[in-house]
Amino acid sequence: MESIGVLMACPMNSYLEQQLENRFKLFRFWTVPDKSSFLASHKDSIQAVVGNAFAGADAKLIEALPKLEIVASFSVGLDKIDLAKCKEKGIRVTNTPDVLTEDVADLAIGLMLAVLRKLCESDRFVRSGKWKRGQYVLTTKIKGFLFPFVHFVSVPFLTSTIFQLFQFTGKRVGIIGLGRIGMAIATRAEAFSCPISYYSRTEKPEIKYKYYPSVVELAANCDILVVACALTTETHHIINREVINALGPKGVLINIGRGPHVDEPELVSALVEHRLGGAGLDVFEHEPEVPEELFGLDNVVLLPHVGSGTVETRQAMADLVIGNLEAHFLKKPLLTPVV
Amino acid sequence: MAVAAENQSQPPQNDLPYVLILKPPSAFSIFGDHFFHSPKFQFLKPFESPLPLPQFLLTHAQSVQAILTSASGSVTADTIRLLPRLGLVVTTSQGINHIDLSECRRRGIAVAGAGTIFSTDCADFAVGLLLDILRKVSAANRYVKQGLWSSQGNYPLGNKLGGKQVGIVGLGSIGTEVAKRLEAFRCSISYNSRSKKPSVPYTFYPNVVELAVNCDALIICCALTDETHHLIGKKVLSALGKDGVIINIARGPIIDEKELVQCLIKREILGAGLDVFEHEPDVPVELLALDNVVMAPHNAVCTTESLEELRKTVVGNFEAFFSNEPLLTPVPLDDQPHLSG
Repeated sequence: MESIGVLMACPMNSYLEQQLENRFKLFRFWTVPDKSSFLASHKDSIQAVVGNAFAGADAKLIEALPKLEIVASFSVGLDKIDLAKCKEKGIRVTNTPDVLTEDVADLAIGLMLAVLRKLCESDRFVRSGKWKRGQYVLTTKIKGFLFPFVHFVSVPFLTSTIFQLFQFTGKRVGIIGLGRIGMAIATRAEAFSCPISYYSRTEKPEIKYKYYPSVVELAANCDILVVACALTTETHHIINREVINALGPKGVLINIGRGPHVDEPELVSALVEHRLGGAGLDVFEHEPEVPEELFGLDNVVLLPHVGSGTVETRQAMADLVIGNLEAHFLKKPLLTPVV
Repeated sequence: MAVAAENQSQPPQNDLPYVLILKPPSAFSIFGDHFFHSPKFQFLKPFESPLPLPQFLLTHAQSVQAILTSASGSVTADTIRLLPRLGLVVTTSQGINHIDLSECRRRGIAVAGAGTIFSTDCADFAVGLLLDILRKVSAANRYVKQGLWSSQGNYPLGNKLGGKQVGIVGLGSIGTEVAKRLEAFRCSISYNSRSKKPSVPYTFYPNVVELAVNCDALIICCALTDETHHLIGKKVLSALGKDGVIINIARGPIIDEKELVQCLIKREILGAGLDVFEHEPDVPVELLALDNVVMAPHNAVCTTESLEELRKTVVGNFEAFFSNEPLLTPVPLDDQPHLSG
C-alpha cells in the first residue's frame, strides 16, 4: 500500500504519523507552503485524508481531490468533515468512537471537581507560599513548664482569599446529549449520588433519567450543565445567553464537546459579571485562542482540548485510524464507518 | 487573623455553661465567631486574653466543662489535667489523632467528632486529586492561563484512569466512599486495613507493600495512629513504582514526607496528590516547583455544605451534653488503637 497517497490534515500524533509513513505515501498538509498548488499537483495521488477535531475535509478540499476514497478522522466528532459532500461522492468516512468515551467522561468529572472544589486555585495557593506566610492566630511558648508548645498556626487560605468551595456529591447534573459520552458521564456522576437529567433530540423512554424538552429547562433545573452532544448546525451556540441565565450565578457549565457549542462572548461576560457560578472548559470557539478575560477567574478551569489526551487512548485512536484505512484499501469491512 | 479588637467575648451570662475553645476552627475565619453559637452555652476564648494559655486555664479551671478544638489543636494529657470539671471534648475534625484518648478514657471524658459528615467530601476530593494528577488538570490549566497553548502548542498527554488498579489504605467510611466512586470509572479496587472485611467485594492485601506492588494508585484514607505513622515510606513507594500515583487526604505523618519528596524529584513515582502534610502549613519547598504533584492546603472538607453540617453537629453535641442527652457523634473510646495524643 506504499503507493497510496494519504493526506494528513494537521499534526495530531507522532505514533499515528509514523504508522502512516510506514504503510502509505504520507503527505503532511501543514508543511506545504502553497496549499492550492500542492493540491493541484498531487490531486491524482491522494486517495485518503486523515483529519481530527481541528482540521478535516471540507467541501473545498473534497472537490480538489478527485481520487479521494476515504476520510478517516482521528476523533469521534465529525464537525470538520462535510458529510453530505462525502455521501454525494461515495467517499467513506470513519471516526474513533468508543475508545475515547471513558477518557472524555473522566475528564468531564475531573473538571466538575476541579471547578467546585477549586483544585487548581488550591494548588496555586500552596505553590505561592501564601499558606506558609499566612497570618498567625495563636502563639504561645511556656518555658520551664510541662505544657506543649502551641504551634504557630496560620489561618487556612480561605480567609486570605474569599473562596467558596462547593460539595460535588448530590449536585444535580444536567447532560446535553445522552450518547456514549453523555451516558458515561451519567454513570460516573451517579456514583457521587448526583441526580441526572438530560436534554436530547428525542426522549429516550428506556432511560431512567429525567428528560427536559429544552436546554433552557434543563439548565434551570440543574446545578452542573454538561455539553456532550455532537456539533451540528442545530447545536451551534446551543449554550446561549438564555441558557446561561437559566443556569444562573450558582450554576456551573462544563464543555467537553466543541467550542462552537457555546456562544463564547456571552459566556465570558456572564463569568466576568458573576452571572454564572463557574465553568470548566476543554474546548473553545477558536482554538488554541482562549479569551484572556477568563485567565484570572478562580471559578474557571481551562484545558487545551485534552478530552481524549491520554497515551493509552491516543494510541487506540491511531490504531483505529490505521485499521480503517487498511480495511478500506484491502476491500474489507470498515471498522468504524460513519458514511 | 489577628485578634480583632471588635471580637469581644459576650459578657459572661452566669447561668450558661462554658465551652473552652482551645483552637479556633477555620469555620470562624470564614463565617465569623458566632458560627457555633447556641443559646444553651457560651464560649471561653483564651486567644482573646492577654494571659498565656496555662494561666488562663488555671484561672477558669472550675468553669470549663467542655472543650471545642480542631484538627491542629492538640488536646494533651497536660491540658486535660488542668481542667478537673472537663466532661466533653468536641473536635471539628473527623480525625481524632490529636486528642489523648487514653487520658479521656481514664477520666471518663467523652469525645465527639465530625462523625462521617466529611466522608463524601473527602472521597470526592481524593477522586479529584487522582484525576488531576493523571490528566494533568491543574498543570494544563496553568499552561492555558499563561497563554502557552497558542504560543507553545499542545500539552503533553496524560494517563488513563479507566481500568487502573486502585489500592485503598484504610477501608473505613472515607475509603468505602472512594471505592464506590472509582468503581464507576472502571477501576479495580483492592485495600489494606487493620483487618479483612468479609462483606466487601474488594481484594484484601495483608500489608501496604503488597498492596502497592499490585496497584497503580494508592489512596490514603486511614486514621493516624502509632502504627500508621510513616506507614508509607521508601519500601512502599518503590513497590508503587514509576507509573504509580499516591493520594493523601488523611494525615500528613502517614507518609514519610522526605522520602516522598525524593521520589517525586527523581520521578520514581508518577505523581502525588496531597491535601495534608507532615508539618502544616509548611510544605517542602522542593514540591512547589514540581509538575507531578497537586497540592491543597488541607481544605478537602471545607465546603459550604459540610461546614453547615458541622455547625449542626458541633452545636448539637454540646447542647446534648449540657442537657444530659446522648451525644450525636460520640467517639467510642474502647476500641481505639493506641494513639499518642
